[in-house]
This record gives sequence, C-alpha cells and structure tokens, in this order.
Amino acid sequence: MIQKNTVVKNAIEVRNLNFFYGKFQALKNINLNIVEKKITAFIGPSGCGKSTLLRVFNRMYDLYPEQKAEGEVKLYGDNILHPKRDLNLLRAKVGMIFQKPTPFPMSIYDNIAFGVRLYENLKKQDMDARVEWALKKAALWNEVKDKMKQSGLSLSGGQQQRLCIARGIAVKPAVLLLDEPTSALDPVSTSKIEELIYELKNDYTVIIVTHNMQQAARVSDSTAFMYLGDLVEFNETKKIFLKPDRKETEDYITGRFG
Amino acid sequence: MKNIKIYNSRKRSNFIGLSLSMIAMTLGMIVLTWILFVLISKGFSAFNSNFFFNSTPAAGSAGGGLANAIVGSLMIVASCTLISTPIGILAGVYLSEYGDRSKIANITRLVTDVMLSAPSIVIGLFVYAIYVSKVKHFSGFAGTIALSLLAVPVIVKTTENILRLVPNTLREAAYALGAPKWKVSITVILKAAKSGVITGVLLAVARVSGETAPLLFTALNNQFFSTDMNKPISTLPVVIYQFAMSPYVNWINLAWGGALLITLTVLGLNIFARVFFREKR
Repeated sequence: MIQKNTVVKNAIEVRNLNFFYGKFQALKNINLNIVEKKITAFIGPSGCGKSTLLRVFNRMYDLYPEQKAEGEVKLYGDNILHPKRDLNLLRAKVGMIFQKPTPFPMSIYDNIAFGVRLYENLKKQDMDARVEWALKKAALWNEVKDKMKQSGLSLSGGQQQRLCIARGIAVKPAVLLLDEPTSALDPVSTSKIEELIYELKNDYTVIIVTHNMQQAARVSDSTAFMYLGDLVEFNETKKIFLKPDRKETEDYITGRFG
Repeated sequence: MKNIKIYNSRKRSNFIGLSLSMIAMTLGMIVLTWILFVLISKGFSAFNSNFFFNSTPAAGSAGGGLANAIVGSLMIVASCTLISTPIGILAGVYLSEYGDRSKIANITRLVTDVMLSAPSIVIGLFVYAIYVSKVKHFSGFAGTIALSLLAVPVIVKTTENILRLVPNTLREAAYALGAPKWKVSITVILKAAKSGVITGVLLAVARVSGETAPLLFTALNNQFFSTDMNKPISTLPVVIYQFAMSPYVNWINLAWGGALLITLTVLGLNIFARVFFREKR
C-alpha cells in the first residue's frame, strides 16, 4: 500500500502490550500511537499503570528481573521489545526525566556532558557549546553560567530538575519521557518546567506522566486516561477534558473518584 | 485524666532509657580515657629523637628507638592498603551492582562474613603454611599478605553496604542516558558513595595497623633497620609484644612509647575518616 503524504507521523506505536510485575499484570492489552513532536500525557489514579507504560518505552523495567513485557512497541518502526535490542542505544534515543531530581555527584558541566560523552567525541569548544545549548533550552543557563564547576548537588530542587532535563536534552534523544517531573517541586519551579516542556515539543516527542490534571490540560496535545492497567480513553486533550466518551474518564476528571 | 497518665509513663520510660544509654556511654568513655591516660603517662616520656631515628637496641644495651619498627610497619601497612583497596572495592561493587542475589554473590558474602570473624592468628598461621613454609623464610611480603587477608573483607563489607545506600533513582537516571553498566557503577554510583568507601578503607587500615598475631609467623621481626620486604622486617605491634614482656627497663619504655604511637595513629585515622569524609553537600 502506498502511503499518502500524511501530516501525522507516529514516533511510537504500541500493540497488544501486556506487562507483568512477577505474576501481577499491571498493563492489559494496551494499544496506542504516540504522535511525533507532540506532547502526550498519561493520567489516571495511582497504580493505574501510567508510569509502568512509560518505563516500557526505554525498557527501564529491564533492570529488574521479575518485570516483563509482552507485545510490541515500535519506535519509528523498530520493535524495542525485541530481546536482542541494544538497551544502551535505545536509551540514548529515548531519554527519561524522573520524579525526583537526580543530579550526578559531579560538576554542573559534567552532569550535562556525561551523557554526550557516551556517544559523541566532541572537541572542547563543541562540548562547551553543547552544554550551553542544553542549559539554555532548559532555562537554566543564566542561573548557572558562572558556576559550571560547582557540584550539581549544590543547586535548589527546581534547578536540579531543570539540570536533569538539560542532561536529557543534551544527548538529543528522539523521545523524552517525563515521569511526574514536577511533583516534587514548588509552584514557581513547576510553571518554569511546564513552559519548558511546551517549548520542547518543537524538537522532541514528549510523553509526560502526571497526577496533576491541570498540568495535563495545560501542556499536552493528547491525553490517555488509564485505570487499573487498562487504557480507558485516548484522544485529543481538549476532547478528553471537555467531552470525554467514557463515563470513567469523566468521573476521574471531575474528581468523582481517583 | 487518662491522657496525662500515658504521657507521664512515657516520660518516665524515656528518662530510664536515656539514663541507661548515658551510663553505657560514660562507661565506654571512662575506659577509653583510662587507656589513653595510662598510655600517655607511661609512653610519652619515650618520645624523643632517639625514639624516631634509632633502631631497636640489642638486649641489655642502653638507648635505642623504634625507627626500624616504625618504617617496617609503615611499609607493610602501606603495601597492604595498596593491595586490599582495589580488591576490596571491586568486590564490593560486584556484590552490590552485579552479583546482587546470585549464588556466587551469596557465597562471596558468606565467605566475607566468615573472614571478618576469623581469629587473626589463624590468618597468620595460614599464610605461614601456604607461603612462609614454601619459601622457607619470614618476610615483609608474608606480613603484607596476612594483613591484606584481614583488610579485604572489611573493605568489601563496607563498600557493599555504602553502595546499597545509593538510591536506585540515581542508577536509573544514569541508565536512562544510555550509559553502560560499568560506567554507571564506576562514575556515578561509586562516586556518589566516595566518602563512605574511603572511610571504610581508612577504618580497615586502622584495624590492621594494630594487628600482632598475623605478623608473628609472617613478617617475624628484625632487630636491624631494613626496608627489604623479602626479608624479616620489624613492625610496631610485634616489637611491643616482644619488648613489653622483657626484663629490660629501656625495652619496656620503648614498648609503651610504641603502644602510644600506634594508638594515636589509629585514633588520628579514625577521627580523620569521620571528620573529613562526613557526608557533605
């Protein structure tokens, strides 16, 4: 079949995905497409499987032997669940930002350069430029440009989280996974990071897991509502929040349960 | 009122608990200061230039010092540190980051625990049997091997425990950038736990530097100044052991001086480890 020149291109396609923690099934037959260079939000009550789904996309679950996924997850056509898939290369393409800031015990500069050095051999000035670029993207450059040699741990919580985002951007991944990136931060830092996420979709496919429904409504293009391991509803964010098809979605969004 | 009653009884048990722990702490402090006081009062007079620059005197001859024993101890402890630090740290990294719950890791852990509680004289006899009796002479190397066998399990244990304290989120964050496992272990995890690991090494060094029994059958002793590790070499603990039981007054004084020197060094190492490598941001 000859494909027509479509505007929409999928970065990730999930087909019949099941996920197990030991014997417990945390994801049940998930199917969805993540559109390239858009922001997709996963919402749902605690334990619904939204973080689990996120952690499939870079196979972070692989660190834990008792966790396993079945089905197909295609990243630009390649099945990332294939057992021979090189995980380091996959993770270099699919970056992840965690709930709590996780700066490495090294200088601000080295925090950013760490990931870049793994896959690129840059000259000093090119590396400097890359670090500056990433920090500017993460809206942190002005605050740290005079203290690049200081430990990343010396920054405030919000700054640390932006440092982690800069670190994730610096390796230029195709997809950026954000696992409740603002839940440990104050409102000012949160709004800074939300602005940043909004900017990121110009260059990256962003997937964000959030407990904060307003956040999903503010930043995302499409939203998936998950409940007890099922993908209940997946649609444009506007549709999900204004006129959801399913009653469960409406109940959750209006705060009747969750 | 009921609430007040519960509150008062809690206050009472708090007082009792606090008093008991204060008494225990005081007892410990008394013994420690007592040891230090006796050592200083008997040993400090031995500290003079002869003590540091002359070698141990022959039986019956006056004067002399512990230069040979000090240098010998430094050499053996330093080479023991050089050998046991990499082995201990790498084994600790293996247990925490790679082996985890595998069979070989569990066996390593069991062996480490057994080695930790093995009497040090047994270690000395072991090295005598497998090394000294084969090469047919005592040597500084043999002493180094014996002390390393004591230091390695301590370093393995502390390294593993410290690395386990590093939060998993930090590991995940490093893996999420596509870093291979060895890189995560060495440049992120080990670095995050650096101060704890160094403290563990220093405490192990402090522990072995006072060991006597493992050196008796290995490094033996040497009356003369020697830096040849392939020959018997003098060490402070062995000299103290030998001199303290002798009938000569100058030997006994030197033994007190040596005991004070070891104690101060070990105390200094401990304080250094605690103060300089305290977790800081």
